[in-house]
Amino acid sequence: MIGGEFLINTLSLGSLYALIALGLVFVYGILKLVNFAYGEYIMIAGYAMFMLGTLTGLPFYVTMVLAVIVAALTSYLTELVAFRPVRTKSFNAMLVTSFAVSVMLQNAVVILISPRARAVPLPPAFNASINILGVVTPLRNVLTIITAVTLLTALTLIMKYTVLGIAMRAAADNFGTTRLMGVPANLVISVAFIISGFLAGTVSIFWVGRSASVEPLIGFTPLLIAFIATVIGGMHSLVGAVVGGFVYGLLFNLLSVTLPASMITYRDAFMFAIVILFLVLRPEGLVRGSYTEERVG
Amino acid sequence: MLTVSELRASYGMVAALHGVSLEVTEGELVALLGTNGAGKSTTLKSVAGALRPVQGSITFLGEEIASSKPEAIVKKGLSLVPEGRDIFTSLTVAENLRLGAFASYDRARYHEDLEEVFGLFPILKERLTQAGGLLSGGEQQQLAIARALMSRPRLLMLDEPSLGLAPALVDQIFELIASLRERNVTILLVEQNAERALEIADRVYVLKTGNVEFAGTPSQLERELDITEVYFGGEGGTSEVTV
Repeated sequence: MIGGEFLINTLSLGSLYALIALGLVFVYGILKLVNFAYGEYIMIAGYAMFMLGTLTGLPFYVTMVLAVIVAALTSYLTELVAFRPVRTKSFNAMLVTSFAVSVMLQNAVVILISPRARAVPLPPAFNASINILGVVTPLRNVLTIITAVTLLTALTLIMKYTVLGIAMRAAADNFGTTRLMGVPANLVISVAFIISGFLAGTVSIFWVGRSASVEPLIGFTPLLIAFIATVIGGMHSLVGAVVGGFVYGLLFNLLSVTLPASMITYRDAFMFAIVILFLVLRPEGLVRGSYTEERVG
Repeated sequence: MLTVSELRASYGMVAALHGVSLEVTEGELVALLGTNGAGKSTTLKSVAGALRPVQGSITFLGEEIASSKPEAIVKKGLSLVPEGRDIFTSLTVAENLRLGAFASYDRARYHEDLEEVFGLFPILKERLTQAGGLLSGGEQQQLAIARALMSRPRLLMLDEPSLGLAPALVDQIFELIASLRERNVTILLVEQNAERALEIADRVYVLKTGNVEFAGTPSQLERELDITEVYFGGEGGTSEVTV
């Protein structure tokens, strides 16, 4: 029951969930804002793949890269147009703004494209299977793991060894003092949104890849996953988000294989029960971060 | 070098400064004294841009900076060591210092500055890879000052550098401030420990409930005011203060 297939499935699901959660926490760490529009960046990237894939003859890998760029750009633009003007006003204003951005982006695609799902053309590799040491698994799973490992490594190096990365970590630690060092507030916040959107776009490739379709509300489930993963792992550090994503993937797959067939429809109920246990027993999550709860003005 | 005139600042509806004026000229060590809530830290925060003043003007090297952002002000050479040290606890000592140099980074100069800072604070060299939060209080204070020095400030503002430190460390910090002064760093020092501050200051301002109550030299202060009773009675654990 728990063998090679389980391992690959768990690593793949955990990788995806880790990237999802990381994108949310990047902005939260600095602005202390839970960005409810985060799922919409995933949705926008999905529609970018749909439009580029059906209207242009561009190769798949080009449309995918462009979709990621579109998501990062959307995230940046929402920061510039929606969040920046209210940032210094009040925290609640920012939270409500994130709901507004979410609803507006959803409705924009409903009006401009369609309220119904659209098929997204995907490369044949997404449907191919691969045999790894006797385990037959979708190639997509392996690609998810490789992408996550590459991105997590790259982000770790950036956050640790570039001055911008150090400044971002400092801003998450103490935003006001970071500005006293000469680090522009707008720079770190913009970069956080761009990275968040970049991660959302990358997630979108694999998320949309599972159903090969995109619809206006597709961002809701990833947003929920990000919440759950951060409850498990902790909201206050990037490591916590990644750990939470992988633990969530593991718990989800464990429930899938251990629950009897008659109970499998209640898998989400079991999952949420575990989340409640985390909230009661370890509300700060598995990884205690050093991020303070100060607000950015 | 720094001229603050008629500065008014408030936290929400609560006014903290009611028209503070002061001046710091190049090479001076100016002390800003007063009880808790007198507006000392508020003055420094306003000058550093961390708090936007309601009214008044702040000019630094002839430029108006009252409405500038904190990141722009530090680039002009005005650096604040905030109260409570405020180092980045999750970053290593080396990373803290690197960010200190953010405002005026120059690759060649950076290593020179680092060596100079290690000369002043040898302990930091040993702790380079440790997280700032793991340092002792005195070491954190040294790091906070070192980090500010990495920006090559023309004017260094220190907010309560001796607060919460053991007496031996307080001595060390004041020796350090004196040695910075000998290196021609202009300093604006906020202190509760008035006695020690007056020993090293060229000039002194005393704030009381958001107003400048006295401006002059330390010896003038001793002659003109019974400062112990009026300004430091029973506040902030400075029972040792006798001036």
